[in-house]
Amino acid sequence: MLAYAVKRIGLGLLILILVMVAMYAAVFLVPGDPATVALGPRATPELKRLLIERMGLDQPVWWQIVEFFRNALTGNLGYDVWSNRPVSTLVLEALPNTLILGLTALAVALLIGVPLGCLSVMRRGTAADAVIGVLSVGVIAVPSFVVAIYSLLVFAVTLRWLPAIGAGEAGDFISQVKALVMPAAAIALGWIGYIARMVRASMMEVMGEPHIRTARSFGLPEWKIVSKYALRIAIIPTISLVAVGLGSILSSAVFVEAVFARPGIGKLITDAVNTRNYPVVMGTVLIMTAIYVSITIAADLLIARLDPRVRDVFRG
Amino acid sequence: MTGSLAASDLSVRYETPHGTVHALRHVDIEAHPGEVIGIVGESGCGKSTLVTALANLLPANARIDGSIRYDGVDLAKLDAHCQRLLRGDEIALVGQDPMTAFNPVLTIGDQLVDFQHHRKDLGRAQKRARIAAMLGRVGIADAERRMQSYPHELSGGMRQRVAIAAALLTDPGLLIADEPTTALDVTTEAQIIHLLRELRREYSGIIIVISHHLGVIAELCDRVYVMYAGEVVEGGEVDAIFHDARHPYTQALLACDPARFHERLDRLPTIPGSLPSLTQPPQGCVYAPRCDRAFAPCTTIAPPLVKLATAHVARCHAVMP
Repeated sequence: MLAYAVKRIGLGLLILILVMVAMYAAVFLVPGDPATVALGPRATPELKRLLIERMGLDQPVWWQIVEFFRNALTGNLGYDVWSNRPVSTLVLEALPNTLILGLTALAVALLIGVPLGCLSVMRRGTAADAVIGVLSVGVIAVPSFVVAIYSLLVFAVTLRWLPAIGAGEAGDFISQVKALVMPAAAIALGWIGYIARMVRASMMEVMGEPHIRTARSFGLPEWKIVSKYALRIAIIPTISLVAVGLGSILSSAVFVEAVFARPGIGKLITDAVNTRNYPVVMGTVLIMTAIYVSITIAADLLIARLDPRVRDVFRG
Repeated sequence: MTGSLAASDLSVRYETPHGTVHALRHVDIEAHPGEVIGIVGESGCGKSTLVTALANLLPANARIDGSIRYDGVDLAKLDAHCQRLLRGDEIALVGQDPMTAFNPVLTIGDQLVDFQHHRKDLGRAQKRARIAAMLGRVGIADAERRMQSYPHELSGGMRQRVAIAAALLTDPGLLIADEPTTALDVTTEAQIIHLLRELRREYSGIIIVISHHLGVIAELCDRVYVMYAGEVVEGGEVDAIFHDARHPYTQALLACDPARFHERLDRLPTIPGSLPSLTQPPQGCVYAPRCDRAFAPCTTIAPPLVKLATAHVARCHAVMP
């Protein structure tokens, strides 16, 4: 298990390095002079040169990458070219909001999706199963920014139940929760459908296995068979799906944060890209990739924890 | 609690998109406490359907006619909830394939504790103590450690021992072993048969052993029912069936048993022809198309169950009492 964990973490670090190399390559290859785009056509050559120097773009690309990682190892992700504030501070300020948003959305999706999937299996072939199926496919088909815009129109503009923008007043828990409802729902809705479908499909397969018949032959109640004997096996594909899907949850956070003008990583990246604030883009991407890679590793370790057969494969 | 089991005029059919499959037709079987009953027949003869019906585990598309009386209660007429309460309490099943019989992600001990869920009077520690004792009894050394194991860490023979222990833990009045040795290799098979023989001495309920292996049946059972194409064609004491078989199918089956041939044969004998369709079972005798003694009424009139001796019956036009 330990050797497996070390191997996965090593692979994760390699992925981080490759992503950053790709990012720098992209900046280098994209046509157009970032200083001109950022400063406008009437900027003086001195100003442009100053900006390029501040972003380190006058150095060779490989040197930029080496510098970036050398600084990153000491916790220095560079400085915002406009405000001169450290990127790490900007990221740390924005990160909690995005994590709260993403994790709330994920938790809501799991807490509703998994029971819905189980219910579908217990009531298979009935009207309840059909309704859950149709609704699941329906919500999967709706993009999160559409849900965001429509819920904004209905609940904030027309009904005025929930705030339209922001993350709530600092220190006021109720207002923060209110501000979280719509963005989280916008992201979670499609995932509820995904998870319900996924749990249903893998559980239907598990329910046909002989060990379920054994559990039945001992007269175990159906809810216990579904929630203990089948779910522990059937949840595994869902965990992988959710871990991979976290990347897409974080990227829908970019849209949703833009729609609700909610401070967070998504908004930070969007603003930084629009103003060609390369140090901020690079630092944020590094942090996001690191988060994503760690979640994937955590999911794989969790699967190994849940399934003793997987555990033994890695042990042996 | 121990009671007698009697299936009378039991028919089971499956409603499928391709038509109705008559898997079991007019089966009469009885068993009394302390008896070991064998059910033998080739693949597709309805053995598994019979077991599934006795254990109340028929799938939703199955329709059941006739009665299964156990201890005076008709199992076929019970609602799903009452059936579930009997399973794992009065009726226990040892499955065919020990490799897949247990949940792969839960420990043996965890599952065997759950399987005793009808025993509300016992605490978790008491249940675990019973498991340890029972695992020892079925010949598993190091029971405490084995309870921490996952199924895949045990060999096939050990898993089948655990399956037998699991069934015995529930103190069933009716223990059904569905092909208990089919998935095992020959050495392990012999060990499991030995174990079952030992257990029957201490066990007071009914044991039903399903097998297509004549040797297993001969070694374990008191009485045997021979099944063919969903019907019981002959039934009687083990001695009577093995030494004085009267139904042409039983005779042919015994003649084909590879264990009977001591010298090496180029070709093993087989029964010519194939099983009749269970979607449209023949009007007369099910065995008539393959029977070398078939005569005029066999193809049109279903033969009655002819009583040959006190416990010996055969469903055939050609046998005389």
